[in-house]
Amino acid sequence: MKQLLQPIRKTGIAGYGAYIPRYRIETSEISRVWRGAQDGNHLPIRQKSVPGPDEDTITMSIEAGKNALLRAQIEPASVRAVWIGSESHPYAVKPSGTVVAQALHIYPANTAADLEFACKAGTEAMQAALGYVGSGMADYAMAIGMDTAQGRPGDALEYTAAAGGAAFVIAAAEKSIAILEGAFSYVTDTPDFFRRNYEKYPQHGNRFTGEPAYFHHIRSSVTILMESLSLTPADFKYVSFHQPNSKFPLKMARELGFKREQIEVSLLSPVVGNVYAGSSVLGFTAALDAAQPGDRILLASFGSGAGSDAFSFVVTERILEAKDKAPRTAWYVQRKKTIDYATYARWRGKIYK
Amino acid sequence: MRKVAIIGIGQVPVREHWNKSLKELASLALLDALQDAERDAIDGLYVGNMVSGKLSEQEHLGALIAEYAGFTGIEAIKTEAACASGAAAFRQAVLAVGSGYKECVATVGVEKLTEFSGLSTSDALAQAADADFETSLGLTFVALNALLMRRLLYERKVNRDDFAYFPMLAHRNAVHNPNAMFRHEISREQYRKAKMIADPINLLDSSPIADGAAAVIVVPAETVDVKNKRVVDIMACELATDSIALHDRQELLRLRAVEQSTRKAMQTAGIEHKDVDLFEAHDAFSVMTVLSLEASGFMRVERALQRAKENDFTVTSELPLSTMGGLKGRGHPVGATGVYQLVEAVLQLRGQAPGPIQVPNARIAMTQNIGGTGATVVTTILKSRNEK
Amino acid sequence: MDIPRYWRLTDQRYRLQGGVCQNCGHFMFPTRLVCPKCKSRSLEKFTFSGKGKIFSFTTVYQTIEKYHGNVPYLVALIDLQEGPRITAQLTDVDPQDVHIGMPVEMVVRKYYEDGRDGPVFYGYKFRPVGG
Repeated sequence: MKQLLQPIRKTGIAGYGAYIPRYRIETSEISRVWRGAQDGNHLPIRQKSVPGPDEDTITMSIEAGKNALLRAQIEPASVRAVWIGSESHPYAVKPSGTVVAQALHIYPANTAADLEFACKAGTEAMQAALGYVGSGMADYAMAIGMDTAQGRPGDALEYTAAAGGAAFVIAAAEKSIAILEGAFSYVTDTPDFFRRNYEKYPQHGNRFTGEPAYFHHIRSSVTILMESLSLTPADFKYVSFHQPNSKFPLKMARELGFKREQIEVSLLSPVVGNVYAGSSVLGFTAALDAAQPGDRILLASFGSGAGSDAFSFVVTERILEAKDKAPRTAWYVQRKKTIDYATYARWRGKIYK
Repeated sequence: MRKVAIIGIGQVPVREHWNKSLKELASLALLDALQDAERDAIDGLYVGNMVSGKLSEQEHLGALIAEYAGFTGIEAIKTEAACASGAAAFRQAVLAVGSGYKECVATVGVEKLTEFSGLSTSDALAQAADADFETSLGLTFVALNALLMRRLLYERKVNRDDFAYFPMLAHRNAVHNPNAMFRHEISREQYRKAKMIADPINLLDSSPIADGAAAVIVVPAETVDVKNKRVVDIMACELATDSIALHDRQELLRLRAVEQSTRKAMQTAGIEHKDVDLFEAHDAFSVMTVLSLEASGFMRVERALQRAKENDFTVTSELPLSTMGGLKGRGHPVGATGVYQLVEAVLQLRGQAPGPIQVPNARIAMTQNIGGTGATVVTTILKSRNEK
Repeated sequence: MDIPRYWRLTDQRYRLQGGVCQNCGHFMFPTRLVCPKCKSRSLEKFTFSGKGKIFSFTTVYQTIEKYHGNVPYLVALIDLQEGPRITAQLTDVDPQDVHIGMPVEMVVRKYYEDGRDGPVFYGYKFRPVGG
C-alpha cells in the first residue's frame, strides 16, 4: 500500500489568510484571579487572544476567507467548497460554511459541511480540499481551521485556550503559491482530550496528552511523510506544528531533528495562545508570509482523539505578489488591546446569570 | 373646506397610571372634553396612539374606545404616526369636519407606556425608526437623537452644557401645571452630571416614560355662537413627511418636514413669525427643540441657545416655549402628546392657564408634533376669540 | 424568531449590496423600488466597497432588549466612499478613539443571538481602517 497521500493532478494553495481577534488577556491576570498570582515564571505562555463580544468562528472565518480570496485573486463563485474545521461551530446543526460561503459570495454552487477533529479539524479540511481539487471535481476549494476555544475557569487549559485561525484556497498547482508534494494522516483511538454532547467544556487527560497523544502522533505522521518523500529535516526551510503552548512544539521539533530557527517564525502561541483547530495552520500562514520561492515548508497538526496530518509544500514564484494582497499574520499578532479577567469572563459568557 | 374650531378640551394627568387601562384613560379624557364642550354626542372619533399593539397587545382602538366611551356605532379609527400620532389624528378630525362630512368629532390621543417595565418600552418606541436599517442594528430612539446632537455640536461649535436651559425652562413651567408628570425644578449642575443614555444625551435631556390621554372636540366654526369666547379657531393644520431614516435625510440637521408643514400652515393662516404668541414645540430632546426652532424659521440654533441661556423663552418673553412644561416637564406619552399640546394651547388662548404660566394676551398659538426623528411633522395654528 | 425578515436582508447585511440608478447614476443603500432622486424604476444591484468615513457617532448605554447584553456599544452614521450614508455599529474601537471624519471599513460581525436556542444574526459593522 502506498502510504503517501497524493492527488491525481498536482495541487496546492492559491491563497491563504489569517485572522486573530484584537483582544488579549495576560496569563498573569488569569493566575491573579485563580491562584493569587502564585504561578510566577511557570506560565505556559504570556498572553492569549480573546474573541470580542461580536465575534465567533463564523465571523472570523469570513475575514480569513476574504484574505485568502484576495491573495488567490479569483472570482469567489469559482470556489466549490467551504469546509471549516472547528471545535466551536456556532451551531451543532447548520454548518458554519453556509454563512461563510454566502458572505464571501461563493454560493450557491458549493458544498459546506462542518468538520470536527479537535485541533486538527482545519488540516482535515485541507486534506479534503486537496482531494476535491486533486481529483478534478473542482478547480478551487476553501479549507478553514478556526476556533474560539473555551477554557474551563480555573483549569490549566484556561491559560491557553484562545481564538483565531486561517483559511486556504486550494487550487491546481499552476495557480498555487505553494504546491503540495504529499500528505499523510495518522489516526488512532486515543481519548486524550474530548467533549461529550451538551457539555460546555472538554475533559483532558493531563500528562496523558503528552507522549501517548501529541508526541506519538506527530512523530508518526511526520516520520512516515518524510520517509515517503525521501526528505530530511534539513530539506525544510520552515515547520509549523500544532502549538498548544511553546514547550510541546519546541520539544517535538528538537526531537525530530529540526533547528530552532526553522520553527521560530510559526511559533505564535506564546503571544496568541492555543487557537485549537486554527493552531498549526495559523503558524503555517506566518511561515508563508516569510517564505521565498523554492522554500519547503512542513505543516503538522495534532488533533486529540487522536491524530496528526502532515503536509510538505514547496513555495512558488507566485508567493511574492500574493503576500501583501491581504494583511499579514504579523499585523494580526501585533494588533492588540489587553483586557482584564472581568471583561474576559463577561464576554466569554462565564458569568452565571 | 369650511372653517373648523375647538370647542372642548380634556386631559388626564401625565403619570404612571397603574390602575387605569388604555381605554379607560382615553374615555376619561374624551368625556372630560365633551363636558367642557357642553356636548353629549359625537359622530366621529379619531384616536392617536403609537404602541398599543406592542405594549397592551391591543390594536383596533377606534372601535374599542368608541364603545367604551358609550358611542358604539360611530365612525372611529386609530391613526398612527409614531410620536406625531396625536396631532395626526387631530388632522383627520380637521379633515372630517372641514370637508363637510362630520358635524362634531373628537380626537383622543392616548398612550400607556408602563404596561411592560423597562426594556420593552424602548423596543416599542424604537418602532418609530427604520426597522431594517436603524433599529435592528442597535439604534435606540435616544441614540438617533444623540447622533443628531453630536453632529450639531460639531458643525455649529455650540456647547453641550448650554442645552440645559431648555429642560430647566420646561421643568420650571411644569411646576405650575397640575397635569404635569414632573413638578420640580432642575439645575444646570444636575444636568451636567446626569447619567448618560447615549452620549451626549443624558437622563435630564430626555422626556420621561409615562401614561396619558388628552382630547379635543372639533366642530364647524359656523355652528358656534360668535360670542362664545371659549372657542378656539383652527387657522391651519398641516402635515409633512421626510425620510424615516436619519441616513437618508438630504441634510442631517435640516428638519425639512418641519420647514414644509410650518411654511404651509403659516401661509394658510396668513400669519408671520412675529404673530405667534406661544410655540408648543416638540421638545422630546433639547436638540429637537433647537432644530425645530431653526427649521420653523424662528431663529438659528446658536441664537436659540443664547436666548435660552438668557432665560428668554418664559411666558412673558417674545416667544414662550413649553409653557405648561412641554414634553420634558409635562411628559411625553407618545401618541397622546400632540393632543396635550393642543389642549395646553387652548388653555393659554382662553386665558385659563395657571397664573404663573399664563402667557399674557395670548391670541395665536402654534403647536408642532414630530414623529420619529422628524419623519412626520404636524404644525397647527390656533387663534383665540378674545380681542387683544 | 423573525427569520424571513433577516434572511431577506442577507445580501445587504453580509456584503453591503445596495443599488445604483441606471437613469441618473445615484447610488443608494439599501436598494429600492424607486430612485429617490429621479423616481426611475430601473435600478441595478451594486456592491459597495465597505470603505467610508464617520459622520456622527454615539455610545449607547441603555438599549432595546436584544442588545441589552452588549452595552456599552458605539453606533455611527457613516458616509460610504461611493456616496450613500449608512447607520451601523462600530467595533474593535474604544469610544475615546472615535472622531468625526475617521476612515472606517466594513466587517461582518455577530449582531445578536436570539436566545440560547434561536438563530445567530450576523451583519455589517465598521472598524477603523488599519485596525
